[in-house]
Amino acid sequence: MSEDTYRVKVGLAEMLKGGVIMDVTNAEQARIAEDAGAVAVMALERVPADIRAQGGVARMASPKKIREIMDAVSIPVMAKVRIGHFVEAQVLEALGVDFIDESEVLTPADEEHHIDKHQFKVPFVCGARDLGEALRRIGEGAAMIRTKGEAGSGNIVEAVRHLRSVMGAIRRLTVLPKEELMAESKRLGAPYELVRWVAEHGKLPVPNFAAGGIATPADAALCMQLGAESVFVGSGIFKSEDPAARARAIVKATTHYNDPKIILEASEELGEAMPGLDVSKLAKEELLQTRGW
Amino acid sequence: MIGVLAIQGDFAAHGRVLERLGVRWCEVRYPAQLDELSGLIIPGGESTTMLKFLFDEGFIDPLKQYARRGALLGTCAGAILLAREVTNPPQPSLNLVDIAVKRNAYGRQVDSFIDTTMSPVLGPPPLEMVFIRAPIITHVGSGVEVLAEHRGHPVLVQQGSRLIATFHPELTSDTRVHELFLTLADRRSE
Repeated sequence: MSEDTYRVKVGLAEMLKGGVIMDVTNAEQARIAEDAGAVAVMALERVPADIRAQGGVARMASPKKIREIMDAVSIPVMAKVRIGHFVEAQVLEALGVDFIDESEVLTPADEEHHIDKHQFKVPFVCGARDLGEALRRIGEGAAMIRTKGEAGSGNIVEAVRHLRSVMGAIRRLTVLPKEELMAESKRLGAPYELVRWVAEHGKLPVPNFAAGGIATPADAALCMQLGAESVFVGSGIFKSEDPAARARAIVKATTHYNDPKIILEASEELGEAMPGLDVSKLAKEELLQTRGW
Repeated sequence: MIGVLAIQGDFAAHGRVLERLGVRWCEVRYPAQLDELSGLIIPGGESTTMLKFLFDEGFIDPLKQYARRGALLGTCAGAILLAREVTNPPQPSLNLVDIAVKRNAYGRQVDSFIDTTMSPVLGPPPLEMVFIRAPIITHVGSGVEVLAEHRGHPVLVQQGSRLIATFHPELTSDTRVHELFLTLADRRSE
């Protein structure tokens, strides 16, 4: 893959900063998301809360479903593939989706290896719980990183944990003497060149977004204040009482994440948020975030 | 002061270019901020998202008033917002530059690309251009000067103190488009 291709891939991620990317399962939801001001939609068969409730193997959405959504909106359309399932990714690239999410929300196809994302022209986003995981994915060619959080839980606690972990580790790298970076790279399990880059620049080399458990305007603004550059909202919108109003409110709170008065405005008259799960009560095998490494 | 509209998009990338040029800048999220500016950049991003925000937050009239005295630079989505007419699909726009644009005219993300062109106005070296889900300018009014073309389409145009690029000068190390914009902003503030 050429240097130019990688720049164009990260370039699209740059264009999505400061915005909200919404999970949608059909053309009608996609139009609601676009009208509400989403910067992109994620085309899915089922939102994470339903995947969690219904169980079974979760795979890439059907091409027919994704095409229906691509035809319905003019904003970028993303779709998910199973971790390590590079043929699902080939199919999505042939279909022409704008971004691929190699996602722990779907059932992993490979428990050892993620996709070699450098082989693709379409950009990838991958989830991460800490800096080491983020840099491993970037090493494989990811053009955007998002927190894993705990998808479909309606509970922000895991996204906060992952954001704090990534941001804290970045800050730590910036104050380490150069000779300690190799040991740090070993400890993080991350490529040395990327560790050096982060130490020098104080940020990830690709945009850093939040995902997993965002259900309210305040959740979105919290992630932005903690250093996320955009937010993904999965089940939080279409599992709530009034999806269009909630979608608009989360978009508003994301742009004005530093203005409590506007976040207050956005939080009023919204109806019920999606029901949330206590993540600490979930059994280990019910956690989605532990998929991938 | 130079402002960068910061609803969403790559406003921070524009900020980095301005910093490299030693220029003070601010993120613009409220209409009242326009009063303090001599130049405003509308960055790349999603034009539908920005348009909705501009309507919802009462930005349209203040922006049109601002345009009577201040300079404007629109890149990609910013070009779409400033155009007279937008197609594919049709959407409202600010009608501040006499051009018609077609959205996503090169195709989807897999059709995004980087290329160079010679601009007779900017001179050598060739200008590097990053096109991401870019629009194409399909019509240029008589008062609009074409500063650069690519594959027969205008990609950098100027009408008075308003500058339009369908590509992303903020994503390259070439600062000439921003420098030209700053001279337009300076001229307006005199």
